[in-house]
Order: sequence, then C-alpha cells, then structure tokens
Amino acid sequence: MEKIKLYTRFERFWHWTQMALVLLLILTGFEIHGNFSLFGFENAVRLHNSSAWSFMGLAVISILFMLFSHQYVNFIPTTKKLKEQVQYYLLGIFRKDPHPTTKSFYNKLNPLQRLIYGGLLILIFPVQIITGLVYMYYHYPENPVDVAGLQTAALTHTLGAFLVVAFILVHMYMTTTGHSLTSNVKAMITGFEKEEHKEKIEEKA
Amino acid sequence: MMKSLLEKLTTFIVVLVLPLMVIYFTVYFGLRRGEPKEIEFTSKATLAPKVDHAEFEILQQNFVNPKDVTAACLSCHNKRDDELMQSTHWRWEREAYIPGRGNVKIGKINLINNFCTGAPGNNGSCMRCHIGYGWEDKSFDFEDPTNIDCLVCHDKTDTYFKQKGKAGWPATAETADAEFAVPDYNYVSQHVGLPDRDNCGVCHFFGGGGNNVKHGDLEKALFHGDKKLDVHMGEDGSNMSCIDCHETKNHNIKGRAYSVSAENTNRIACENCHTDSPHNDKVIDAHAFKVACQTCHIPVYAKKAATSLWWDWSVAGRKDEHGNGFKEYDSDHNYDYLSIKGHFVFDNMVKPEYYWFNGTVDHYLIDDTISEVPVKINTLFGNYSDTAAKIWPVKVHRGRQPYDPVNKSLLSVKLWGPEKGDGAFWNDLEWDTAIQMGMAYWERPYSGQYDFIETEAFWPLNHMVSEKDQVLSCVDCHDRQDSRIASLNDFYLPGRDFNKGVDYSGFALIFLSLFGIVGHSVLRIVAPYKFK
Repeated sequence: MEKIKLYTRFERFWHWTQMALVLLLILTGFEIHGNFSLFGFENAVRLHNSSAWSFMGLAVISILFMLFSHQYVNFIPTTKKLKEQVQYYLLGIFRKDPHPTTKSFYNKLNPLQRLIYGGLLILIFPVQIITGLVYMYYHYPENPVDVAGLQTAALTHTLGAFLVVAFILVHMYMTTTGHSLTSNVKAMITGFEKEEHKEKIEEKA
Repeated sequence: MMKSLLEKLTTFIVVLVLPLMVIYFTVYFGLRRGEPKEIEFTSKATLAPKVDHAEFEILQQNFVNPKDVTAACLSCHNKRDDELMQSTHWRWEREAYIPGRGNVKIGKINLINNFCTGAPGNNGSCMRCHIGYGWEDKSFDFEDPTNIDCLVCHDKTDTYFKQKGKAGWPATAETADAEFAVPDYNYVSQHVGLPDRDNCGVCHFFGGGGNNVKHGDLEKALFHGDKKLDVHMGEDGSNMSCIDCHETKNHNIKGRAYSVSAENTNRIACENCHTDSPHNDKVIDAHAFKVACQTCHIPVYAKKAATSLWWDWSVAGRKDEHGNGFKEYDSDHNYDYLSIKGHFVFDNMVKPEYYWFNGTVDHYLIDDTISEVPVKINTLFGNYSDTAAKIWPVKVHRGRQPYDPVNKSLLSVKLWGPEKGDGAFWNDLEWDTAIQMGMAYWERPYSGQYDFIETEAFWPLNHMVSEKDQVLSCVDCHDRQDSRIASLNDFYLPGRDFNKGVDYSGFALIFLSLFGIVGHSVLRIVAPYKFK
C-alpha cells in the first residue's frame, strides 16, 4: 500500500480551523438574521464579529502561506480534464469508473474543485468580508463613507451566506466520492492519501 | 513506530488542538462585554445654604402680601427679576424657529393641547402653576417684578402652596380653608434654597388635571421613589433632584418639554454625565448614533400611577337624572368617565411608542387649518437619514376634542370658572357657551358650529429611567415578529428585516443542493447493480 502526501500541517490546520469558524459564522449569522435562536442575539452578534476577525486573520496567514509555499498553483483554474471530471460525477461514478484525474502535492484539486474552491476564495469570501466590514463600520450616515443604511450590504451578505451553506453541503457530500467513502476526510486529517489506481500498483508489484 | 507516533501526535495537534484553541480564543474574546462606567456625583439640592436667611432683618417683618416677600428677596438678589422675567416659566412663551414656518412665538400662552385644550381663559385654575401672583386675566403685568412668586420654587419648608382656583395666589386670611392655610411667610422666607423635587413636582407632576395625567413619566411617586421607579431619583440610590440634570444658570433652566418647545437647543443630554461611550462596549455604544439612550433605558413609563392615553371630550357633558354631572371609574380605580371631561383610557406600565426625533418639533398653531385627521398637536421631526435624529420613546396622547368644522380649526374652550352659571363648561356643561367664551378670550373666530375631531400629541420620554437589569434587550427590537420599532420602516434592521427574494432563493438553493445530494447518493447505490 502506497501513501502520497497531499496536505501539509498548515493546510490541515487551516482547513479545520476555517471549518469551525465558518460553522460558527453560519450559526451566529443566521441567528442574527432571525432564523432561529441558539446563542441569544447579543452573544450571536459578539461571536459573529469575533469569528469574523479570526477568519480574516486566518485568511491573511493562509494567503501568505500559499504565496510562499507555491501552493496557490492548486487554485489556478484549468479546463484540462474539466469535461471528464464533470462526466465522471454525472456518469462514471455510477459505473465505478476510475477517477479521471490523479492527485499530487502540487495538484491536489481536480479541475472542478479548482473552479469551485477558487470561486469561493476569490469571489464569495471577499464579498462576505467587504460587506461584513461595511456592516460593522460603515452603515451609519455619520461615517465618512455613507452607504445609506445596511440594506445593500446586509442583503449581499445574506446571499453570500446562503451560497456558503450550499457549498458546505455539497462539499461534505463530495468527500464521500474518493476511492473510499472516508479516504478524502482521512487525507485532510492525516495529510496522506492511499494511492487510488490499484491496478497500477499491482502491476508494479 | 516512533515516526508513526510522532505523525499521529502532529495530526492531533494540527487538526484538533490548534483549531480548538483558535475557537476558544475567538469565543473567549468575542463574548467579553465592557463594564459600564461609574459616574461620580453630588446632588446640588442637598448642598448646605451659604447664608442663614433667618438672620436677615428684612425677613423678620410682618408680611401680609406675598408680593412684599418678593420685594424683600429682590432687595438683596437684585437683577434676578430680570433673568426670571425672560424665562418661559414667567412668559409661558418664547420665540422659536420651526422648520417650514420660521420664527414663531409659542408656549402655553398660545398653544392648544389635547388635555384641557389650553390654559388661557381658564386662568384661575391653570395659572395656579404660573410662577407669579394673580394672572387672572390679560391685565396681568408681566413687567412688575413683585408679581414674581419666588417662594414656590425656593421654599424648603414644604409649607408654602398656591391655592386652588386663585390664579397663583396663596391663601389669604379671607380665602384660607381646610386644604390651604395662610403661609407663615417669615418661616418660609427664612428657609429658602435651591429648588428640590417638592418645588418642581408640585406643578410638573400634576399637569393635565391630576397626578401623572400628562407626562406619564413625571408623577408624585417620584417625590419619594426607589431605584426601580427612577434610577437617578431613587432615594435608595443617587437620590438626585431635578436641578442636578436640569442645570440652571441665571434662572435659565436646561431641558425641553416638546409639548411647548420647538428647537434643538438648551437640552440636557445623558452624555453630559455618562460620556458618549457609557457602556464601554463598542457594539452597544455604536447604537447611540441612531438610538436615544432613553429608548433602551426607559422600557416602560407610568410605572406607578396610570397616565392618560385617550381623552375623548366628545362624550363629556352627560348629566344624571338630577341634572348633575357624574364620575365613573374603571376596574383599576382610574377615571373612566367624567361629565366635565369625557371618557378616558388610563394605564400604567405602558410600553412607549417609538419615533425618529431630531430635537425639533412642529406645533399646531391657532391660525392653522386642519388638513389631516388625526390632527397632530405637535409633530416630531426626524427620519433615518437625518444625522441628528435618533429613535426615541414617546408617550402619544390621543383623543377627541372640539373643533370648528367650518373654519377647520381646533377650538379653545372656557372650562374653568369660579362659580355655577358663569358659562364655563365645568360649571354648566354647555358646549356652545363655553366655546364662545373660550374663543372670545383667545380672540379667535368661531363659526358657531362645533364638532369633535381626533388629535394626537407626542411627548418624548426622559424620566423613569430603569435599572440596568430592566432595560431593553436586543430582541426587543431585533426580532421578526415582535419588534418594538416595527413601525419604523425607513431602514434595514438586522434580525427584524429580510428580503423575501434573497431568503427564498437562498433556501431554494439549499433545498436543491440537498435534493441533488440525495439523488446522487441513491444512484451511486443503485446504479452499480444495473451496470453489472
């Protein structure tokens, strides 16, 4: 059995910390939005603010990490094998076809993941951060920057939150589409994944 | 073996210990709430007087007329009469700028209200609360300093009172009765000082014809209240007197009652003592941009005695089988019906209504033509985008009162008169005569026809501040179903507002995702058998 290294210690720390923070943001955010009562409104507001700051801090650190470790290459979108990847999820997976792409340390995301994660990182998160900061600091007309109330920022922020929830649901499901139901989650915990193409391994042996 | 153990330990740290630490600190620092600032304070009304007035010879004389007391006061305190005679406590009017109208002279002297409709013409009763002697009619001399009643505000003995129905005079040897004796002027004048609650409250707690009828947040329980009733005035707490907040310099008293004021000047602000970061907490302090302190800190008013919320003059005047007026009470022993005043709704522990308010106010002026119903006795200015406006708790007093359907104006009524048969409504219960007399005194035109029209008056609340554990909490406003400020719709309020389009499409997206996941899983389970 061969193991390949996929995720560094920092990446694993980043992923699980971000997961916890996003979960906290989602819970407190939708409580503030009025969908349910969990922490109490005041605590929800305070926790939403503090987890937002932690999230932003983590974002800065992770951007620096990606730049210096060249791991950003994982998020550069590509159309290569994109069609095959889509076809795999729509068809191949039901026939237990092998995955159309292989993973490696500098290519840990498949073309579809690159597109979705990239979109999350460069579209949704920045929008959430900007509207969140507007929400915190720029909603009163007394401020130098007047956005005339919370309406626009709040509605955009809410829409972003729904997209994040949808992402999480699908993302969680997709972890089960590795070569075993739990192999992807295990990889994000241990950093290593068992090589998938058994045939090749057997041939070598 | 060692390597794998080390790997497991590393994994344990990076995927569990470190993330949990981040979350722990996020929650720990996130939930920290600032401690409110403590305010140091000494009450002015309890300061020892600088002189002993008992030693002054001029106060030993045999006073018969209280005007002689005033003359004695002014013989030392010269020029004080000039200060006083400029004040609204004396003039009952002041020049004020009203947006859209310009400068107008307004005050109790020319404004109509929706309690007893207005003071002028009812001088005997209403002008009892004027700081002068004998404003019986228009001949009263506002330039005669000896007409000033110094004692009513400066008496520290609680034995000096103006008599009922005597236009500001205390009892004399001729008028003294069981309720009002002739004051002991030597005793009173030798024991004077800065006004305390008894001096202010004797008028300001009883406006509208009885305890707490008018303001709702000013009543006789405040003479000796506790912190629960008013955190500032509670005798078990700071025990503050009126003038501790209503700071007074040269007889100019700070503070505004917007039933008679219009300008955003000479006001008292909580921030004067409490600073603009009183909670020492960013999230809460930031609310002060848009929310008056009073909004959260006066969650209910009329905490003890009930206050009038609805006063319907249209049913006044009913007589019993003997031709006399009568009284009826509600189950809480408050007036429900009075022949001389009509039907009331009184209540206590009232939740305020909330309005934007920037400190400026419009008033119904006597020349105005009624253009909307209910007629607004006064109008608070302000909205969300007005940087001076804040959400303010307000007592709204509603009712029906006489108006002239031809001239489309609110009517002034002669209510009080000294005796039966003089035409005053409270004596004879006849509207037409009383209105004619009232309008004649005000020198206003009356078509001869009267009817009743709904009016509303707005009284921003300032008193009966609650203890900190009683104040509003977030969800009193930030709530979808039951927001106290549900009627203020010119801005987006988190927790209360949402956009149906955004929320419905958001939930649709989540639903579709779940549907897709379930569908895909089922196919993954079922399909391989088919492909075999």
